[in-house]
This record gives sequence, structure tokens and C-alpha cells, in this order.
Amino acid sequence: MKRRMKYSFRLFIAGDAPNSVQAFANLTEICKANLSDQCDIEVVDVFKEPERALAESIFMTPTLIKITPEPIQRIVGTLSLTSAALQSLGLEIIAA
Amino acid sequence: MKSAKSSLAEVTTKAPTGISGFDAITGGGLPRGRTTLLAGGPGTGKTVFALQFVAYGARECKEPGIFVAFEETAENIIRNAKGFGWKLSELSKTKLFFLDAQPLTDLILSGDFDISALMAGLDAKIKEIGARRIVFDALDVILTLLPDAMAQRREIYRLHHWLLERNLSAIITLKSRGDAASSIQMEPYNFMQFMVDCSVILNQTVVQGDVSKRSLRVQKFRGSGFDENEAPFIIGDNGVAVANGTSRIKRTVKLTNERVSTGLDHLDTMLGGGYFRGASVLITGYSGTAKTTLSGLFAEAACRNHEKVLFVCFDTISDEVVRNLASVNIRLDRYLKNGLLYLTSARSISGGAETYLVRIKAMVEEHNAKYVIIDPVSAWSKTGHDLTIKLIMDRLIEWTKSSGITLLCTSLFDEMSDQTNGASPLQISTMVDTWINLTYLVQNGERNRGLGIIKSRGMAHSNQLRELILSDAGVLLAETYSEGGDVMMGTRRWEKEHAVQLEKKAFDTNLERSRAKLESEESELLLRLKMLQDAVIAKQVEKAILLRSTEELKQDSLRTHAKVKNLRNTVTEMPKRKGRRS
Repeated sequence: MKRRMKYSFRLFIAGDAPNSVQAFANLTEICKANLSDQCDIEVVDVFKEPERALAESIFMTPTLIKITPEPIQRIVGTLSLTSAALQSLGLEIIAA
Repeated sequence: MKSAKSSLAEVTTKAPTGISGFDAITGGGLPRGRTTLLAGGPGTGKTVFALQFVAYGARECKEPGIFVAFEETAENIIRNAKGFGWKLSELSKTKLFFLDAQPLTDLILSGDFDISALMAGLDAKIKEIGARRIVFDALDVILTLLPDAMAQRREIYRLHHWLLERNLSAIITLKSRGDAASSIQMEPYNFMQFMVDCSVILNQTVVQGDVSKRSLRVQKFRGSGFDENEAPFIIGDNGVAVANGTSRIKRTVKLTNERVSTGLDHLDTMLGGGYFRGASVLITGYSGTAKTTLSGLFAEAACRNHEKVLFVCFDTISDEVVRNLASVNIRLDRYLKNGLLYLTSARSISGGAETYLVRIKAMVEEHNAKYVIIDPVSAWSKTGHDLTIKLIMDRLIEWTKSSGITLLCTSLFDEMSDQTNGASPLQISTMVDTWINLTYLVQNGERNRGLGIIKSRGMAHSNQLRELILSDAGVLLAETYSEGGDVMMGTRRWEKEHAVQLEKKAFDTNLERSRAKLESEESELLLRLKMLQDAVIAKQVEKAILLRSTEELKQDSLRTHAKVKNLRNTVTEMPKRKGRRS
């Protein structure tokens, strides 16, 4: 079950907005359940670092960027539709 | 910096758009510090309108702006706006900042989200450049990504609140489907409609089968009066221009008093030398009153002076025009050959009046023409709304004037229009500088062509109706004068004029003579005065000498007397003095 593949994520949130909080919770849950915590999560608060949001063209929060493994992917939303979120991250096999 | 801006906001509550006509409709522009909703179907000009608003603010009002592009890329928008002469590329990013906010095509959605990141990013940018104006172009693109109507409302509300807090003059554009009036009843437009302070709807309809016509309507404007009617507009080379009576002419060429020949010597005389260079001339008349002939004469005269002419004919095919004009000895073919004359048939142009305007401008620029002849402009009335035509003419006149181009238009009188007031079907007669009307005069069983100058701004002009004679030898404008109510031809008017001139000459000579006489009398008197003055001085001198010699004599006699007394050693005086003292 253990994956050698290292996952790294960047999660853009908007302070403590409910959907941002939920997205973070869902992401940690996904990591725990499917990736055995084998992942780095960088959280960027757009209120604290608006320039980073502009530079990376992040206009919607929460936005999750999967940096590794390739390809880089963006998922916008709370990540609450777990199976769909997993599928888009290429994790459905693991989930199964 | 900030305080100066807020005090400005207090003085004026409207943010001018720089859109010709629109500021007049709204009494100064869009609500300052408030949000305006701009709705319309695809291709109605929302982006151009919104871009013009921020570009004008940045260029003319010292109000930096941000343009958030949700649909088209900023690069595309800037490229498309190149033709408008706003010089967007000259504006630095600190004055007008474009933000590409198109959602990625491979974007994956999972659950609820909001646009806080956009606002946070914009906040940073607003602070950086001190933005006062902002545009959210095609907000619907991002709204449709939201899971439900509730979320849409929430985000619209959040955005609106955010805009108000920052006191930004904002435009949000939204696409509407089909006709704008009914689609704005749908979510989320109706919600926004209620929320915003100002709402403008853009329309594009097709009239008479194939001619497109643009119009806009201000639907609401909190706290301000506005013109509620639908107003036609065009997208011309300066962007959006809304039909409105007033237009500002920005002259780039100096106004001159130079005259250009009409091509008819007598008409030049009637106008006191010809048309003004850069003027707009309208020739009206019924079918067959020689409107095209006069246009041809004008073109020929200009070409003879080695100036370039663009001749746009609507009714006939261009080679027919050349042939027909040759029949009255107007030879245009040589000028066509040497390139001075550019003759084009408007039949080759299809589309709305707006298209004609753009095409004519393009042709003038390509050909570098100093004269533009359009025969007849009334053909335009077939191609759209009357008001649009008036607007187009307005733009055409404004443009030719500002670039020093002499414009001559002919216009066919509609059989239905009233002959007595000479109402031009396009009502452009008020806009032009010189208006020449051609009529038929029925007299002694003959139908003769008559020419009259109805108006000619800034120049003395004959008020006489003259007869226009066309023959294979050429065109002749015969003198006429009226006697006993009849218009007659003859040389009496010239005789009269000659007599008046002679009389004036005689009078002038007389005047000169009297003046010379008076002058000589005056100098004679002055001379006499001088002589008398000299005589007076001489007498005064004489008198002074006399007085002096008298005094000397007196002194002398006293001295003599004393001497004599001394010599005689007499004291005769002494007792007298003593006596006086006692």
C-alpha cells in the first residue's frame, strides 16, 4: 500500500473563511487516508501574501495546486466531493 | 495624495467616461465611487465601453485604473483596441493595469469556493498604483463556475461590498443572452440590477435585413437624472460614440481662411471666393438637378490644383460617373490616371452606415486625400436608423474638420419631404458650413435648373437664385435678377453693381478732395498763427528793450543829477529831510 511517490501541495486559502478551513481539513484527510501522510502541504493565505496570489494567477479560494508528481494540477473548491477530488489528483487507484 | 482624491470625489459625483455623447446623456458620466452594471449580448461593445472608461480615466482624469479580464486575454484586448487611438501601450502599468483572470481550461472544481484571492490580489494592486477605476469584464465567466445561485449572489454581494468600501468607480460587464431586456430578468442579472447604482444595457439589432444597428439605454442611475431613451451608438475610430446633438471638435489642423474653388467661377464669386478649406458643404436637390455635376466640377478643380480627392458615389457605378460628367466637359479620366482622383463606388461597401464611415476614413488615409466627395449621403438613410445617420454625418464632419479635409456631400430630396423648408432627409443641413440648394425653375414652358446658396457660414454670399446651364461645352452659372416678381436673366445686375462702384469711386474722390482742401486751409491758418506768434514775441522783445532803456535813462539822469549836485556842493535837500523828521 505504501507509495514511494512524494506528493507536494500548495493550498491557497483566504484567512479563516469556512470554505478555506474545510479545504484544509479535507486535504489533510486525503493525505492521511490515501497517502499515508507522505505529502508536503504549503498553505498560502492570500490576505497575507496577495502578491503570490497575483503572481500565480490565483483568483479563487480555496485553490489547491498539486506540484508533484507531474502534471501540475489545480483544484478549486473545498475538496469536499472527495471521490471526484481524488480522481482528479490521480489517487483513485489508491483509494480503491 | 489620498486626501486630494477624496476631496475631488466630493466636488463631482460623476466619473466622466470620455465617451462622446454618453456623458451628456448621464449628465457627466458614471457614478463616482459606485458600481455600474453593463449588460449586453455578445459583440455589443461592452469591453470597448468599459475599456474606454478606464483608459479615459487613466489618460485624462489622473485616475489610475485596473482592467480585470475574465474572458479575453489582456493581450487580445489591447491589440483589439489599437485602432482606437487611445495609445494604451503608452500608458504605463502604474496608470492602467490589466489583470488576466481567465479561468484555466483544465481547472478542476470540487466544492464551494469564493473570489477572495482575486480581491486580495487586487487590493495589493490598488494600493500600489492608487487605482480609482476598475473594470470586471465578463464577470459571468467566473460566476457560472459557482455551484448554485446562492453562491453567485453571495459572491456578487461580496464584490459589490468590496468595491463600495474602496470607493472605486467600477464597471461590471455581464453577457446577456438573446435580447438584453428579457435576459436581465434572469439570475444573476436581476439581482445585480437591483444592487448596483447604475445600469446600462447595450443592444445590437439588425434592421432591414442586413444592416446592424447599435444602441444603448441607461436603465437606472441612482440619485441622478438621465436620458431614458435608447440612444444609437457606433464604434468608430475613437471607440464608442453615442448619438447626441453635441460634439466636440478637436482641431488638429489650424483653421484657415483659405478658399478653394468650387469649380464654377460664378459660384466662387457668389461665395466671395469659393468654399473655405476644411469646410463641409452640402448640395441638396431633386433627382437630376445636377448635384453630381457640381461634385464633379469640384473634384476637377481640386485635381487641377494637384490636390488629392476621394469621390464616393452611391447611386452609380464609378465609370458611369466619369462618362456622364464628360458629357458636360468635366474630364476626370486624366486625374484618375495620374492618381489624383480616387473614385469608388459605395456599392462595393456593404454593411451599416458605421462600416461606411470606417471605410471612407480608411480610404482617405490610404489615398491621403484632402477632399472628400460623397454623392449622395442620402443613400445612407437606407442603411440604418435616422439618428445613426445623423451621428455618422456628425462624426464625418467632425473628423474632416479636425483634419482639414474639405467635405462635399450631396443629398437627394425625398419626394415626400417638404420643399419649402428644404428639409434635408438627414437633417444634416444644420451641421454643414455651406448649403447649396438646386431646384427646377419652371418659366415660359421651360424647366431650368436653379442654384441658390441657402447658407454659408463665415462668408458673405449672394442671396440670388441663379440659373445653372449644362451644355457639352461645360457648366455655366448664368446671372439672374428679379424684376416685377419675375426672375429674369440679364446684365442689369452687373450694370447696377458697376454703377454703384462708380458712384462709390466718385464719392471717394470727392471725399479725398475735400479732405485735401481742409488740410491746406488748416496748414495755412497754422502758418498764420505761427507768424502772429512770432510777431508777438518780437513785440515783447521790443517792449523789454524799451523798458530797460527807460530804466537806464532814469538811472543815468539820477546819477547825472547827483553828480551835478556834488559838483555844485549844494545842500538844498538837507533842511527838507530834517523838517520831515521833526
